[in-house]
Amino acid sequence: VSAQTPARPAPILTEDNALFWDAAAQGRLVAQKCARCGALRHPPRPMCPHCRSLELEVCELSGRGTLYSYALLHHPQHPAFEYPVLAALVDLDEGIRVVSNLTDVAPDQIRIGMRLEVHFAPTAGGGAAPVFRPLGSGS
Amino acid sequence: VSPRPALREAAAIAGIGQTEFSRNAGRSELRLACESITAALADAGLEPADVDGLVSYTIDPVEETELTRAVGFEEIAFSARVPYGGGGSIGVLLHAASAIASGAAEVVVAWRAIRARSGSRFGAARTAPSATSAHSGTTAMQWCTPYGVLTPASWMAFNCTRYMHQYGVKSEDFGRAVVQLREYAAHNPNAWGYRKPITLQDHQDSRWIAEPCIHLLDCCQETDGSVAVVITSRERARDLRQPPVSIGAAAGAALFEQEIATDHYRPDLSVMDGSVALARRLFDGFGYRREDVDVALIYDAFSPILLMQLEALGFCGLGEAKEFIADGNLALTGSLPCNTHGGLIGEGYIHGLNLVSEATRQLRGTAVNQVPGAQVALVSASRTGAILTRV
Repeated sequence: VSAQTPARPAPILTEDNALFWDAAAQGRLVAQKCARCGALRHPPRPMCPHCRSLELEVCELSGRGTLYSYALLHHPQHPAFEYPVLAALVDLDEGIRVVSNLTDVAPDQIRIGMRLEVHFAPTAGGGAAPVFRPLGSGS
Repeated sequence: VSPRPALREAAAIAGIGQTEFSRNAGRSELRLACESITAALADAGLEPADVDGLVSYTIDPVEETELTRAVGFEEIAFSARVPYGGGGSIGVLLHAASAIASGAAEVVVAWRAIRARSGSRFGAARTAPSATSAHSGTTAMQWCTPYGVLTPASWMAFNCTRYMHQYGVKSEDFGRAVVQLREYAAHNPNAWGYRKPITLQDHQDSRWIAEPCIHLLDCCQETDGSVAVVITSRERARDLRQPPVSIGAAAGAALFEQEIATDHYRPDLSVMDGSVALARRLFDGFGYRREDVDVALIYDAFSPILLMQLEALGFCGLGEAKEFIADGNLALTGSLPCNTHGGLIGEGYIHGLNLVSEATRQLRGTAVNQVPGAQVALVSASRTGAILTRV
């Protein structure tokens, strides 16, 4: 992202999703974990859909995953992004899936199944969004 | 899934109406709805005073009280809205048939009024939810907005890319479907694509919206306009102006982890498993056979989801839609003439309700691209659908 590009839009915060974005702002990738049955869940929600518990823990994730699907987005264009946007669905090693972006990879090198690792990109409002690059490509 | 005899052929479509489809209607959605509804009532031979039920989409901007005082309905006994955006569009028939079968209402009007071209375009980059509707894709938006994934095309591109990867589908395979839709539209005076057929090369040359799955010509036409449908009991419909079109089956199937317009967290995005469940309810649940379907109207916001629904609904095997289409099965001479008005891609995007009006015309025998002797129509918006039959 060049210095002239404004930061990506801030996430839309709700009472139920704030824990994900609050952690991301601190450079942490987390998911909700049911305090009763231990199931991980994403997107966040107030109740465990497996055991109906309202008790939850915040689970720190490894930040590693596999590319499940992707798209190179050309249109429409928003001033906060460079095009094409490398949009990704990432299957995290802990068994949950997240929407994100790919970085540090040429579009023609993107392969479904490639191994990825998380890093963080700033958003408007001082937050951060988890994004992914090829595993081992970070400095 | 148990059969639903109370709904099977309890209700019928007695009237259809629409405005012109354009790129700038120049008038409010409320006015567009008034025009299509009065046209549909006139088509049926009914008066506003006959109407006691109203059904639309949660995302529709026209409000029931404003509509009632504009059209002059006297007493509305039943009103309901369907969620899930366009995926829920055919749910208006399920709501209407349920109201009629239960006795909650006798004459139900379903409408959709939209200024998807001159007003709020689905294809524009939005980073905040609609101020007027909580049902505008917010579940996807809260996870997609920080990543520049800002439109339905980009939300659905993940499914489409995975589908291509899983089954070796190429952009040209989507293009062959679009060429067929545009061929139908070229003969439809109401269509955006009237007299504008395309070639596969035109499709391939159109610019990328979302690579590697969605070219510009894979996208539906954002359109201004309104469609209305009048539904009543099959008995009452028999005495009205038009030959009745029976609602043989109506069903919905919204699955765990599906969102409005997206389902990024379902295990296998190469299959539209909501449509698998929908087909089980429509065919097995109501006792119809796929081979009885003479014409199919399938929600084609983007061409890849047409192929994926053909597979999920069981008209061909998983991964086989590309050959099914290349063999010409979607044409009037094929085994499953499909989207004979041109679809949402060729005719215009009235958010799926123009699939119902075309199915009705086919079963009345008045379509511009008429399937000779059509008796049974399947209408699918992926997670809601119906089987319509000629009475």
